[in-house]
Amino acid sequence: MKPDHHIIAEIIEERAHVLDLGCGEGELLDFLRRRKKAQVQGIELDEDQMHICVEKGLTVLQGDIESGLEDYPDQSFDYVILNQIMQEIKKADYVISESLRVGHKVIVGFPNFAHWSVRLSLTFSGRTPINDALPYYWFETPNVRFLTIRDFLDYCHKKGIRIEKRFFLGKNGGVRLLPNLLAQTAIFVISTHTKDML
Amino acid sequence: MKKESFGMVHPQYFTFAEPPHRLKLQSGKSLGPVTLAYETYGELNDDRSNAILVCHALSGDAHAAGLLPDDPTPGWWDGLIGPGRALDTSQYFVLCANVIGGCKGSTGPASIHPETGKPYALDFPMITIADMVDAQRHLIDYLGIDKLLCVIGGSMGGMQALQWASSYPDRLRSAIPIATALKHSPQQIAFNEVIRQSIMADPAWRKGYYYESGQPENGLAVARMIGHITFMSDQSMEQKFSRKLKKENLSFQFTEDFEVEGYLRYRGYNFVKRFDANSYLYITKALDYFDLSGERFMPDVKKTPVRFLVISFKSDWLYPSYQSQEIVRLLKRKHAYTTYFDLTSTYGHDAFLVEIDDETRLIKNFLAHIDRT
Repeated sequence: MKPDHHIIAEIIEERAHVLDLGCGEGELLDFLRRRKKAQVQGIELDEDQMHICVEKGLTVLQGDIESGLEDYPDQSFDYVILNQIMQEIKKADYVISESLRVGHKVIVGFPNFAHWSVRLSLTFSGRTPINDALPYYWFETPNVRFLTIRDFLDYCHKKGIRIEKRFFLGKNGGVRLLPNLLAQTAIFVISTHTKDML
Repeated sequence: MKKESFGMVHPQYFTFAEPPHRLKLQSGKSLGPVTLAYETYGELNDDRSNAILVCHALSGDAHAAGLLPDDPTPGWWDGLIGPGRALDTSQYFVLCANVIGGCKGSTGPASIHPETGKPYALDFPMITIADMVDAQRHLIDYLGIDKLLCVIGGSMGGMQALQWASSYPDRLRSAIPIATALKHSPQQIAFNEVIRQSIMADPAWRKGYYYESGQPENGLAVARMIGHITFMSDQSMEQKFSRKLKKENLSFQFTEDFEVEGYLRYRGYNFVKRFDANSYLYITKALDYFDLSGERFMPDVKKTPVRFLVISFKSDWLYPSYQSQEIVRLLKRKHAYTTYFDLTSTYGHDAFLVEIDDETRLIKNFLAHIDRT
């Protein structure tokens, strides 16, 4: 069980309706379905990973993340999960705003590019950083962007997105102090401001 | 688990809609009495929760699996239906009925018109996919099945699965539409029109009243040849025939030089022996009339609990993948939990009959997780 999956499972209520974008082999959705009796839907592009999802009895659509959201009516799901895909998608802003439309709440998890090991690696070795959360060489990485915890906070502030919960993970569990320096992974639960005020 | 053929099956018949209680059709006309020929595989369980309805394609019939007495050919989806197979007959009660308008035991244009004592021919009313599904619903009622575990089919069978979900959303738990569409595109209608014209251009068609003089064999054979071209892909034809010759040299005559020509003629003229030309006209028209796009699909349903497995094949150009993706888009709007696969295959539209392994892998796992409570 991956630590970020554990945190996401803690966030989600029993019997919630959940959409996971880029669900991979469906480990998280399978866990949510078993542990939380959640109604789960995945979207994934990779055919082999999809087959594994179906073997687990998950419903999964073949499709890419950018176009996967547009046909769902407003507030179709209790949660939309964007875990470890922010760094891989092209239209991040569009995907976040569409996820906020489709889901009551959105869970965003991403590797923090401002972790001290990343800063050190770039400053002293002069090489693209590689760590547990960013395990790829430049020539094989699926990542098209890097972002930091502070970047994400700035983004939410600018867009008027409400941050409901935040979790920071280091190599050895939760991080409380100086998350932008000490956390390798961040998980945010966000929602739309206006919806809550209505 | 051991996978084996279902073994011997027996055709069964169900007659309903005896006049004056005729079956109301979408056209406003009515039909009765109506007979459905059907086959069943496996046992219906005590709470009648394990029934799966298989719907056939344009030229299919109720013989989906196993062997009939006096017929060495296994059913058209035999690889998918049987003990241990995708539609596991040791767990499920599987049934398949010939559509109305067909010519394999169900009421169609070749059946006897009760008022004239002669075949209906073109006095047979126009039927639609919704009418076919209505007739199946009568059979399901007769068998005492309140809720089908699944309705599954490819091509026109997939349309019926969609129509079931739309007409009777409370009567099924899941649907598996394969290699199908919400509506025919102008290209698909155009192919069907050429198919119909080739039948009607044959003088032996006699405006549909040919039952005493014999089938319009040439027209029907050409119609079927057109069909077969659309069922294959450029790649599968290359693999199957290439430019191989039937004899060593070119004949320099209008005979069958290429193997593909021989194949089409063989398929075309073989079809004439087993299919009624008027049925082909009626059913292709039903395909063209079918349209569940937009608000027509599940009109009174905002959120559906019906689960869907939608499958398309990358090389299918008769029912291209984008048409299945349109189904998926519509299902999203109905909040339907949906699995969609665009499978890799070189077989074109035929893939739904051929790619048994991939289909088995998906269908078996999908069905295993359908909630029956």
